[in-house]
Amino acid sequence: MEKNKQHLKNKLGLLGWLGGGRYGMERYAYALHRLTGLGLLTYFILHIFVTGTRIAGPQAWQQTMQSFSTPWFKFGEFLIFVCFAYHGLNGLRLGITELGLMLGKPARPIYPYRSSVLRQRPFFVVVMILVAAMIVIGGTDFYLLNR
Amino acid sequence: MRESTLWFWHLLAGAVILILLALHMTIMHLDDLMGLLGLSHGDPIDQKIVFARSQQVFFMITYILLLGAALYHGLYGLRTILFELTLSRTLERTVNIILTVSGLALFVYGAYAAAVIYLMKEVQP
Ligand code: HEM
Repeated sequence: MEKNKQHLKNKLGLLGWLGGGRYGMERYAYALHRLTGLGLLTYFILHIFVTGTRIAGPQAWQQTMQSFSTPWFKFGEFLIFVCFAYHGLNGLRLGITELGLMLGKPARPIYPYRSSVLRQRPFFVVVMILVAAMIVIGGTDFYLLNR
Repeated sequence: MRESTLWFWHLLAGAVILILLALHMTIMHLDDLMGLLGLSHGDPIDQKIVFARSQQVFFMITYILLLGAALYHGLYGLRTILFELTLSRTLERTVNIILTVSGLALFVYGAYAAAVIYLMKEVQP
């Protein structure tokens, strides 16, 4: 309790969570990672119960699926796909950099300084391009190749 | 358990999810593209196909693995977010208990469903 009292309050409120301030694009990547993580978690918990209706047999399953076959649900599923593409690939980047990889060798801080954030930036850009490519591939399947 | 251990499991679970969820998404949502490559036949949520899949050992096991990994990863992530609100010790403990109990309950339910459907007699392909 005592220890916790020393923490500063989040005076900026929602902006403190979502805003990038002077931290650059990785700070927005973090906010989006958090948002997509929570989105995936919400969907996933509902998904456990929806797919659980298979316990009641094929008919029950068919009925459940029919009630979800509207354009809005389809769009929702596409959003989940987008969340997966972003959160999964960006998560891979986070895991790799948090383990100390892709940050270059440690060196003396000589002016002009290059922070770790800058050292991983090319990697970040490549990952974002891959995310965009996956979204295009997913969008093609969801909306252009309908059987 | 040490915080760094819990975090490491979160990262490891993320790696497991990345592989299994990519497979899941490919089967469920990239079915048309896979069809063009001759790797998918028919609507992946059609009941016959769904049950045929659920009754293969491979899918039964990987579904349960993905269920466990995603529950741990997602709920630990939620815990991280909640703890960043600088909760009191009591609240931190309450969050731990609620997340652990609901995570275990969801795991038992999901794993039970996967096993029951795997063993279902009347829809054997
Ligand atoms: C597709 C594979 C996935 C990978 C590679 C991945 C990776 C990660 C990583 C590296 C983090 C941040 C950990 C850190 O900063 O130390 C994270 C956070 C999180 N993930 Fe995932 N994840 C994946 C899928 C999922 C899924 C399916 C869910 C939902 C069930 C989820 C929910 C979350 C949540 C809620 C957070 C916390 C966000 C935060 O702290 O801001 N993730 N993930």
